[in-house]
Amino acid sequence: MGGVLLRGFGWRHAGRRAWALRGVDLRVEVGERVLLLGPSGAGKSTLLSALAGLLPEDSGEQEGTVEIDGLDPRKGRERVGIVFQDPETQLVMARCGDDVAFGLENRGVPADEIWPRVDEALHRVGFPYSRDRNTAALSGGEQQRLALAGALALRPGLLLLDEPTANLDPAGADLIRQAVAGALDADTTLILVEHRVAEALPLVDRVVVLDPGGGVRADGTPEAVFAAHGPALAAEGVWVPGHPIAPRRATAAPGELLLTADRLGLPPRLASTDLAVRAGEALAVRGPNGAGKSTLALLLGGLLRPGTGRVTASAELAGADHRTPPHRWRAPALTRRIGSVFQDPEHQFVTSTVFDELALGPRRTGQPEAAVRETVAGLLERLRLDRLAAANPYTLSGGEARRLSVATALATAPRLLICDEPTFGQDRRTWRELVDLFAELRDAGHGVVAVTHDADFVAALADRTVTLHRAVTGDGAR
Amino acid sequence: MKSTTDTHRWRTIDIVVASVIAVAFGVIFWAWGLVWSATEGAFAFFPPAQALLYGVWLMPAVIGGLVIRKPGAALYCETVAAVLSALLGSQWAGTVIPQGIVQGIGAELAFAAFRYRSFRLPTAVVAGALTGLSAALFDFFIWNVDYALADYRIPYALITIVSATVIAGAGGWLLTKALANTGVLDRFPVGRDRALI
Amino acid sequence: MISIEPVAAPGAPLARRNPVAKVAAALVFSFTLLATLDPVAPAIAIALELAVLPLFGIRYRVLARRAWPLLLSAAGILVTLVLFAADRSGRVLLDAGPVFVSTGVLLTALGLVLRVFAVALPGVIVFATTDPTDLADALIQNAKAPARFAIGALAAFRLVPLLGQEWQMISMARRARGVDAGRNPVAKLRLFASTAFALLVGAIRRGTRLAVAMDARGFDAGTPRTVARRQRFTRADGLLVAGAAALAAGALTTSILLGSFRPLIG
Ligand SMILES: Nc1ncnc2c1ncn2[C@@H]1O[C@H](COP(=O)(O)OP(=O)(O)OP(=O)(O)O)[C@@H](O)[C@H]1O
Ligand SMILES: Nc1ncnc2c1ncn2[C@@H]1O[C@H](COP(=O)(O)OP(=O)(O)OP(=O)(O)O)[C@@H](O)[C@H]1O
Ligand SMILES: [Mg+2]
Ligand SMILES: [Mg+2]
Repeated sequence: MGGVLLRGFGWRHAGRRAWALRGVDLRVEVGERVLLLGPSGAGKSTLLSALAGLLPEDSGEQEGTVEIDGLDPRKGRERVGIVFQDPETQLVMARCGDDVAFGLENRGVPADEIWPRVDEALHRVGFPYSRDRNTAALSGGEQQRLALAGALALRPGLLLLDEPTANLDPAGADLIRQAVAGALDADTTLILVEHRVAEALPLVDRVVVLDPGGGVRADGTPEAVFAAHGPALAAEGVWVPGHPIAPRRATAAPGELLLTADRLGLPPRLASTDLAVRAGEALAVRGPNGAGKSTLALLLGGLLRPGTGRVTASAELAGADHRTPPHRWRAPALTRRIGSVFQDPEHQFVTSTVFDELALGPRRTGQPEAAVRETVAGLLERLRLDRLAAANPYTLSGGEARRLSVATALATAPRLLICDEPTFGQDRRTWRELVDLFAELRDAGHGVVAVTHDADFVAALADRTVTLHRAVTGDGAR
Repeated sequence: MKSTTDTHRWRTIDIVVASVIAVAFGVIFWAWGLVWSATEGAFAFFPPAQALLYGVWLMPAVIGGLVIRKPGAALYCETVAAVLSALLGSQWAGTVIPQGIVQGIGAELAFAAFRYRSFRLPTAVVAGALTGLSAALFDFFIWNVDYALADYRIPYALITIVSATVIAGAGGWLLTKALANTGVLDRFPVGRDRALI
Repeated sequence: MISIEPVAAPGAPLARRNPVAKVAAALVFSFTLLATLDPVAPAIAIALELAVLPLFGIRYRVLARRAWPLLLSAAGILVTLVLFAADRSGRVLLDAGPVFVSTGVLLTALGLVLRVFAVALPGVIVFATTDPTDLADALIQNAKAPARFAIGALAAFRLVPLLGQEWQMISMARRARGVDAGRNPVAKLRLFASTAFALLVGAIRRGTRLAVAMDARGFDAGTPRTVARRQRFTRADGLLVAGAAALAAGALTTSILLGSFRPLIG
């Protein structure tokens, strides 16, 4: 079970002029393991939703046909298990065990079979807690594992995974990949979306590349596809293995001190940390999931009040304000000096169009309208968001949303930029543009702090790395 | 004009979004309950005037009806909101549940009277007024019996109805429009009305 | 921080009862007491409620924390009665314009305040000892509530603690983007309203995605659901409801026998 057949398939989301996906002809046999590639915005997530029967007629317009084992996916849902790009929105119940059991109950699995299957699924993904643990008390990586268990417990014929390791630390990502590999039976079909090809290759035996212009760009075994189209695909944004990106080293030594953290902490989220950022320097912050990196970013960004220790801005960064800590500055002053990019891009959006989102910061800091428009237009073009200027930020693809959130922080040209996972979910081309952008900022004398799990990004940009360790061990109970 | 979806059967999204509206208001109620008690002093000069704020309690009924547009939506939203505020530990605890049901029925009757076909401002105002009326009756007979009739009970009831009409009815309608304008209701008939404008 | 998790000691004999039985018992008890306006019956009821508290595994301090807003209501009742009592009988203690205090007024106030406490406490106790998941399960299995609606509401309840965090995130996002109110109270109010609106929008957006996630796991597929967690309505549960009714009736009867009973209607 789990064969897929698409004929001339296309989908246009309601309210969009462009088709997210068009003219896709694809046949996947039972038991095949497919890696679905394509630049950000090519329609990968949309295709997975279509296969899972989750594109309701009232939310857009369809072209062509899609079949799972000869059935309309909206009717054949019990054959399909899907894990979305964002794990947080797919947990349904308050207790972890109940959440895995939820799908089994819906499918009418007899009551006495449910708990053994729940336990088996949790065991397969290496879930470390008991069934009674509260789902709200899980870190991102643990949520991802639970969501995977919820999909596996259903023993789907077709398993769809959308960037299941984005936002995970390298060890956690390995665990998820092992869990997937261990969970696949011979007749389970797998379709995996993952930008970082090299890590995903051991899981798959076929690569399908979507063309953003419509249709399928390339299809075949990984070796064949990359041998035939490697350089071209790399130029279009696919992370083809063996095409490294040249690092951008700093062109000058670091300058003035901008921001210092002294025994900065916020128990139990972040243990005491010391740190200093200079102008013209790119600092990477790394560490396992739950170590407190995002908390540190918010503290440095003047958005949270420190629990212990303090953050001090230099006169270079804050002028006369350098005697007050950043979390007490007025907001317009803060945005001019320190820009923050949140881990979850959607947490950052406050307006209802991409354009307004970019214009908000410059307007609040009192720039004239003409200058605002110029800034916004420049950023839109640079990050390839220009055709989305009128779109609602919450309808963007994962990668587009990430770029927009970075752009909003850049719009006020802050002296210090603090980014939380700025490169997750990016294709090779936009990734490179982001690296260039940060490198230019740095070389123009801005400070850059990047919290990241992305080793390539650290290698390409960072001048210095700070590693955090997990503050709360074990349960990390709240 | 076709303003409801074809069937009266609730989709999953109807159930969940109705529940979420109710839950969000349940949280607001919980906070509001504290404000309500705190304003007791401020309104001491004429306590029935406190009923001016009453309409806020009744908003989920009207908004639920306007967004979901299915039979039972108003009643369901108000009831779930009441259950949640009981779970959160509202000072009125369990009694808010029957009270919520009574209030929800008021709005439900209004939407039913328009046969679940009209969801314009006048319908919303009628729904607000009726839910206010049912709330006022409940309070009149259950909670306010020992107060002076002409000086308190009747003004309180009247102000409750006015507040419900303005805040829950007209206010609920405006809030629904504002929500539709953000695009979150695109999978509901209200959201599609927007696209046509 | 708002939380909807139960606060009872697990395993307390009455806290473990079927949630539907507990809610029914609370409603029966409360509504019987609504029938009177005198101070005696509610006073007996409150004594009974406090007496069974240990059986529910709640400590008195925890109850006090949950129930303190009731004190505000009590103060409100007192103020209102002093100004607007219908019954102005008894010895006059104070008469200054609209403010009128007599023994009759004070007696009425005592009755109403006790009534509010007596009626509200059962609900406070029951909901403090009930897990939403168990309540939804029991509603489906023992009260024949429609499963789709009970589960849908339950899924939404899970968002409650998340909404608190969301509020914080929205405020931080605004600050990061240069939006704040400073010291201007009007601007503060406006920022508060717009944050609340953003919260509502975010909650609905989460709801639509949650609905998709639920459908993805076969929520609305039309297959008859099974239940993983069995809830039973046993004889003990029936006894709990009957006991609540009997105790409430006992309180009323005592009040009638003592001649203090004042019916709500009539
Ligand atoms: N709900 C929606 N409403 C409107 N447009 C949407 C919606 N979801 C996606 N889109 C648009 O459809 C296009 C394809 O999006 P999709 O999420 O499928 O891309 P993707 O290939 O998964 O990209 P990424 O790698 O960035 O996640 C994008 O241009 C996006 O803006
Ligand atoms: N708002 C909050 N309230 C309470 N605890 C929190 C909150 N946010 C995060 N935590 C907890 O604090 C710890 C640190 O969280 P943080 O998000 O800073 O980690 P992180 O290093 O960024 O992890 P990741 O790599 O997964 O993003 C975690 O255990 C987390 O569960
Ligand atoms: Mg995607
Ligand atoms: Mg983080």
